[in-house]
Amino acid sequence: MNWLNITKKDRNLLIGFIIAVLLGPLIMEPIGGGYPDLLQKFAIFGIFAIGFNILFGLTGYLSFGHAAFLGIGSYTAVWSFKLFTMNVIPAIIFATLLGGAFALIIGFIALRRSGIYFSILTLAFAQMSYNLAYSVLTPITNGETGLQLRLEDARVVDGLFGVERGAGLPTTELFGLAMSGWSGYYFCGFLLVVMFFISLRIFRSPFGLMLRAVKSNQHRLSYTGLNTRPYTLAAFVISGMYAGLAGGLLAATDPLAGAERMQWTASGEVVLMTILGGAGTLLGPIIGSAVIKYFENIFSSFNEGILLDAFSFFPESIQHAVAAFIGLFVGEGWHLTLGLLFMLIVIFLPGGLMEGVTRIKKLFRASKSSPSTQKDQPLEES
Amino acid sequence: MDAFILQVLNGLDKGGAYALIALGLTLVFGTLGVVNFAHGAIFMLGAFCAVVVKKALTLERVVLDPTELTAWGTPMEIRTHYLEEWLGDFGTLLIDFSVPVSILLAIPIMLILGVAMERGLIRHFYKRPHADQILVTFGLAIVIQEIVKAQFGANPIPQPAPDMFSGSADIGVLLGFAKNAVVYPWWRIIYLIFAAIILASVFAFLQFTTFGMVVRAGMADRETVGLLGIDIDRKFTIVFGLAAVVAGVAGVMYTPILSPDYHMGMDFLVLSFVVVVVGGMGSLGGAVAAGFLLGILQSFASMNEVKSLLPGIDQVIIYLIAVVVLLVRPRGLMGRKGVMED
Repeated sequence: MNWLNITKKDRNLLIGFIIAVLLGPLIMEPIGGGYPDLLQKFAIFGIFAIGFNILFGLTGYLSFGHAAFLGIGSYTAVWSFKLFTMNVIPAIIFATLLGGAFALIIGFIALRRSGIYFSILTLAFAQMSYNLAYSVLTPITNGETGLQLRLEDARVVDGLFGVERGAGLPTTELFGLAMSGWSGYYFCGFLLVVMFFISLRIFRSPFGLMLRAVKSNQHRLSYTGLNTRPYTLAAFVISGMYAGLAGGLLAATDPLAGAERMQWTASGEVVLMTILGGAGTLLGPIIGSAVIKYFENIFSSFNEGILLDAFSFFPESIQHAVAAFIGLFVGEGWHLTLGLLFMLIVIFLPGGLMEGVTRIKKLFRASKSSPSTQKDQPLEES
Repeated sequence: MDAFILQVLNGLDKGGAYALIALGLTLVFGTLGVVNFAHGAIFMLGAFCAVVVKKALTLERVVLDPTELTAWGTPMEIRTHYLEEWLGDFGTLLIDFSVPVSILLAIPIMLILGVAMERGLIRHFYKRPHADQILVTFGLAIVIQEIVKAQFGANPIPQPAPDMFSGSADIGVLLGFAKNAVVYPWWRIIYLIFAAIILASVFAFLQFTTFGMVVRAGMADRETVGLLGIDIDRKFTIVFGLAAVVAGVAGVMYTPILSPDYHMGMDFLVLSFVVVVVGGMGSLGGAVAAGFLLGILQSFASMNEVKSLLPGIDQVIIYLIAVVVLLVRPRGLMGRKGVMED
């Protein structure tokens, strides 16, 4: 098993991860999340967050414009469906490459600054792309309506292979396998595993170590005569490619692309996912994105009727008051919960859920062994 | 020439709003060293103060008049404003002037809110990295925005300007142009004058009062001022409240120009950040100058002649300028040397 060139601990982690992805439907079934649409979102936003984490978690550069790459990936994928073929393989390859290309351009400029200036520069670029997608680029992006498939699309490659043009809109497929439903989930899940593995290798590589050095003290690193920019730029491009891939997958499972995917609130969401799970940890971003997408789904499905039912054991006046209060936070008000969660995590648990786990582990261990044998462990990611 | 003046004027009122928000942002950054992403939300809350006041002033009494029937055969409803009933013509005047009157409510509310925000939340983030400050205030902005959305709905709520200012002024005639060449709404003139007064008084406050002197000293060297036995934290808290008031009243007065909705704060915030960066982090004069400059440039970029030359330029001009400024002169137009240059 050494052909993957990883340590035993990492191998176990990877195997555990693969099993978790395979059994995803079974694990999520009891808590009401065992259907493909949601699990696809877990996988896709997991990829997005892993990629963001390579930039933010390792180098500490907080980008507020990553949704732009996600949007670019989606547009590219839909164009690939329209022009070439409904097969998803070329679509996601183009999406990844184009996401990377845009990241190269934007990163080349934005990485000349660090700290909040970097955040504002990336934000400015993302807003620019968003505004352009809404206005002048309408021929490419179809503006407010969003880019959609049409019956009269060219689909050159499909035409060459003599694929029948049906009466309705074609669906995305992988050599005949439909990309919606469970096959879609396992396709996304497979890519999630691959992307997770790549990120694992980056974390353990000298390159990853260099990125972490950038985070801990960039000045000192540059005093040793090292130019840090190629490293940060590489990290930025890699995370841009992850975002492009995620955008491509979003379009693959549902061939639609709209500019709102590039808005800066969408960029904020991936930041939240990463932070919630634990920036700089391997598993954290995936857990964070799963938690957020899960609760988004559950919370937004609540409405007043369900709430009134749930609190029917109260006397009527209290029942209505409680339902109205809770109603602020669910359904339409889900974003309020998200904002509160965001604040609470940043205030009390800056290391995210993974830090919470580590803390609990520590407590557990401390109660077992005497305190004198305890050493200050550096926060290792696992 | 008249088209030129018209564009400058159009840019000025937007620039005034940018300048007022950016002034607060840069003031908070210069004193507390905190990057406040919730500042736009304060601007938005100010605008909603106007909405609340308008609602309160126009509370109505509904009386059914059985003697007269509507076209549907139901008794006619006669609606009268309580205020008009109690105060007569003065009440009507108050309702008409609801936007300026809202300032009276907005000032104390924003002051309390600002101080509470600083004491309750921001204070704990002085020593944390800038990324954490951005994130927590970003979260706060979402929370405020969503509460407003839950309370007032997602649609913009139009706020009329007082009747006597609702028309337009033919400024061109004053300057010797043809009639109707340069027409500019009265309320925007009022807004400009208002912005100028606020800006001038903030500068005067910082320049000519002892309090302002201490604050400026604290901006230059916080530790030394603290060693002199001055409770600088307390002063800075008040500065935060002041910044909130400036943003809040800017929001109140802007409502007749742009109907308030829950995401106006975010829209203005991103632009105001760009303004602060262009002007120079921590530089008050820079923020004001850059605010007006960018407002005017934006209005020039949205001229049809320019747009046909460079399509889409009106959408991106501000960001483009920010990118260029950050790359060429990272400390901004008027930024101090050494402040956040890397």
